[in-house]
Amino acid sequence: MNDGTKPPEPSRRKFLNWLLGTSVGGLMLAMGFPVSRYLIPPEAAESATATVRLPFKPEEIPPNTAKIFKFGNRPGILVRTPAGELRAFSATCTHLACTVQYREELGHIWCACHNGHFDLTGQNIAGPPPRPLEAFVVNETADQIVVSKGA
Amino acid sequence: MRFGFKGAPLLGLSLILVWSQTAVAQSEQDSCSTCHRVLPDERLSAPAEQFSDDIHATKGFICIACHGGDATIVGPAAMDPAKGYIGAPQRQQVPALCGRCHSNAQFMRRFNPALRVDQVVEFETSVHGQRLLSDGDPNVATCTDCHTAHSIKPVSDPRSSVHPLRVPATCGGCHADAERMARYDIPTDQLDLYQTSIHWETISEGGDLSAPTCNDCHGNHGAAPPGLSWVGNVCAQCHSMMAELFSESRHSRVFALLGNPGCATCHRNHDIHPASDEMLGLGEGAVCANCHSADDQGGQTAGALRMAIDSLRTTTEEAHSILLRAENSGMEVSQALFALNGAQDALVKARATIHSFDVEQVNAEVGAGLEIVTEVRSRGEQALSDLRLRRVWLAVSVVIIVALIVGLVMKIREMEHGGGRI
Amino acid sequence: MLARPNWLGDREWLGDVWKWLDARLGLSYVQQIAKKKDVPVHRHTIWYYLGGMTLFLFMLQVATGVLLLFYYRPSAEEAYESIQFLMAEVEFGWLVRSIHAWAANLMILTVFIHLFSVLLLKAYRSPREITWLSGVALLGLSITFGFTGYLLPWNELAYFATRVGTEIIGVVPFVGSFFLSVLRGGTDVSGATLTRFYAIHVALLPAAAAIFLGLHLFLVQKHGMSIPDSAEGGDGKGRAMPFFPNFLLRDLIGWLSVFAIIAALAAFFPAELGVKADPFQPAPVGIKPEWYFMFMFQSLKYLPPHILFMEGEVVGVFAFGLAGVLLLLVPFLDRRSIRGERERLFIWLGIAAIAFIIVLTILGYTANPTQ
Repeated sequence: MNDGTKPPEPSRRKFLNWLLGTSVGGLMLAMGFPVSRYLIPPEAAESATATVRLPFKPEEIPPNTAKIFKFGNRPGILVRTPAGELRAFSATCTHLACTVQYREELGHIWCACHNGHFDLTGQNIAGPPPRPLEAFVVNETADQIVVSKGA
Repeated sequence: MRFGFKGAPLLGLSLILVWSQTAVAQSEQDSCSTCHRVLPDERLSAPAEQFSDDIHATKGFICIACHGGDATIVGPAAMDPAKGYIGAPQRQQVPALCGRCHSNAQFMRRFNPALRVDQVVEFETSVHGQRLLSDGDPNVATCTDCHTAHSIKPVSDPRSSVHPLRVPATCGGCHADAERMARYDIPTDQLDLYQTSIHWETISEGGDLSAPTCNDCHGNHGAAPPGLSWVGNVCAQCHSMMAELFSESRHSRVFALLGNPGCATCHRNHDIHPASDEMLGLGEGAVCANCHSADDQGGQTAGALRMAIDSLRTTTEEAHSILLRAENSGMEVSQALFALNGAQDALVKARATIHSFDVEQVNAEVGAGLEIVTEVRSRGEQALSDLRLRRVWLAVSVVIIVALIVGLVMKIREMEHGGGRI
Repeated sequence: MLARPNWLGDREWLGDVWKWLDARLGLSYVQQIAKKKDVPVHRHTIWYYLGGMTLFLFMLQVATGVLLLFYYRPSAEEAYESIQFLMAEVEFGWLVRSIHAWAANLMILTVFIHLFSVLLLKAYRSPREITWLSGVALLGLSITFGFTGYLLPWNELAYFATRVGTEIIGVVPFVGSFFLSVLRGGTDVSGATLTRFYAIHVALLPAAAAIFLGLHLFLVQKHGMSIPDSAEGGDGKGRAMPFFPNFLLRDLIGWLSVFAIIAALAAFFPAELGVKADPFQPAPVGIKPEWYFMFMFQSLKYLPPHILFMEGEVVGVFAFGLAGVLLLLVPFLDRRSIRGERERLFIWLGIAAIAFIIVLTILGYTANPTQ
């Protein structure tokens, strides 16, 4: 423009600058948005291969009760024994893969599908289950419980 | 052939006890096996060879504990009937011979306190025992037929003839022998049938030794066919849920009246195969159709039950495939997949409830499952429609990129047709 | 000096920033180089864009690769699960991974086209021999990037393709089995292989690529664009356009188009994960290598079991090794071009190589796998 040639019409030039500016900004947004969302850690804090942090606190589970939690795509069961100890097992019944539950009046784990019984060490004690429940390792701190697969 | 010693007096229990108590001391002077091992006749040498890793040998017993005689004397003089030598005991004698120790709680406590001491009593109630001891039929099984005579091992030893993996072959050794069974007029296909069953598969391939083999249903020492009316109790040892439902159902009473063998009426006895949905209803492979037809009320109930189960199964499968499709496209459906476990549970439960033959009970389970499936399915479909949202995002980005490209093209034109650099 | 570039416009503060930076970074020197750089304009100018396109795709790979590293875990136990997590739980995880996968394939494609365009236009002639050598090295690095990256998701397809792919190294006599075990980290493809491939993919190769890429770009800058004989203006008097901004803006248009294409591919055909690798399962039917290995894979299939006294496969592997060496040495073998004479032989050889690759690749995808 300073070399003496005819400058383009100002309105056209204005539009062009607007178009370039806006689309560059749009592109930045279109790339920046996914990237920033990508970097935000997802709710499930880790891939559930071997460890899961439970979504409830230790005080929410009184003695002689249990809670079912999600361990990968399968359920786990966290039991607080009448003595106050926390134990975790796979909640998948070893017979036909139903989800087991804790029976407070029996004081042990029970599968409703075929009346299978497991004691508080996960051993199959009655009914059709052929094997004990897989036991997990429980780590308890003041405000969280972490369950992991045994070594 | 039998190496019998006819007319040998049965010695008093107390005398034999004295022998066996001194067994450990005697083992240093075991002239029986010293000689028998080197005898050229295999019938005489093999027992001495085999006995070396028999459970009794490892506990310190030697030949004379059962055969009598005096092992401190070398030569035929050791086998003096006056010294209690009985030779090979007769088949009818064997239970009493084993029972001298194995029925004696006080004695057994010194070696294996947990071992039961009622085997001989049980044996006397068994078909084998009655035929052998009361009817004097020497061809039926006595202790040594199942446990062997000279290589007896504990049940837990995989080499043992009574280890769960080897029980079918041990029983089948006689029961699958058509010639031997001919005179008793009983079938000989039980072993073959059993080996096609889910129970044998669970033991032999699944490695679960607690699954039932012959003795778990028939009893071991008290072996007998379960009675028609109580076969259900035997199955209920493990399958308690179904047994309970069945016992309260109308079939339980009708089967008893008709003389049908409870569970085995539909599931068979030896060739028990995994239960499948096809067994239900009136179609091909349906056991209900053995008695019922579409015209009677039972047939209609069977059809309704099958329909209920099928509806839950197919909808669960559909929901699962929708979720998998969504997951493969990178949508987050793990919670929904997790929830679908509940539907699978309901299906298993509904299948168990079939044994009540009550449409309402089954429908209650199926309904609970269908509720979960409907909810999960809608979440899967939601995920798939979110997937379409991606294409919208893509379109927006492409529009932006195209706008930028147009802008750049115009810029280049302006620059170059304008005749100079900016 | 201190020439303030026109494109900054007439805002005062920008000029001050420029001055400040220039005094410290020597920006005007860079600007002078950029100003001087011209791109010849002739009927083959289009091929000049391929190098830049490859560079853009490489940068895209670096960016998405770094993002993937945020979530990836390099172990046989966790690799598959971490990608599953990335695809299902991480927002836009599918997008980042799909872009990485698609851009990788496109980059190998552009590298091949770039290489063959340079070969056919004889852009390797003196003094650009080292530019050629570094370019061939970059091709090798790109292919190795592809091969090592393919295993990282630890799915069934990748596992078995890697098993077959690495086996070829074992064919080489004497040293083959040694290199095979070094590469695999054991006798078979295992978790140890995965960590090795990971180290190669994210550390070794990027470092090597940075060195060769730096050399390559420096040499391109130093020698300028080669003008083919067949093009008008081969005598140096032809038309030209300034690299900055005319050629760069055109480059940008190409990059943006490729970016849009990749985004569309990612949205419509997201990278799949398949099932987790299980070393104890039999190989699934129809294991195929990635498309850029297909021509080699397929040619090895057509070789007879024995050629003279050697195994057919060994001969094939040697032939490809020899072809690679010949490719590398083209600038030194093309003697007549060195003397400035016209030489058609190497052009025909290049065309034959392209035809061979295309035909065998097509055969690889259409021929009956049991033959």
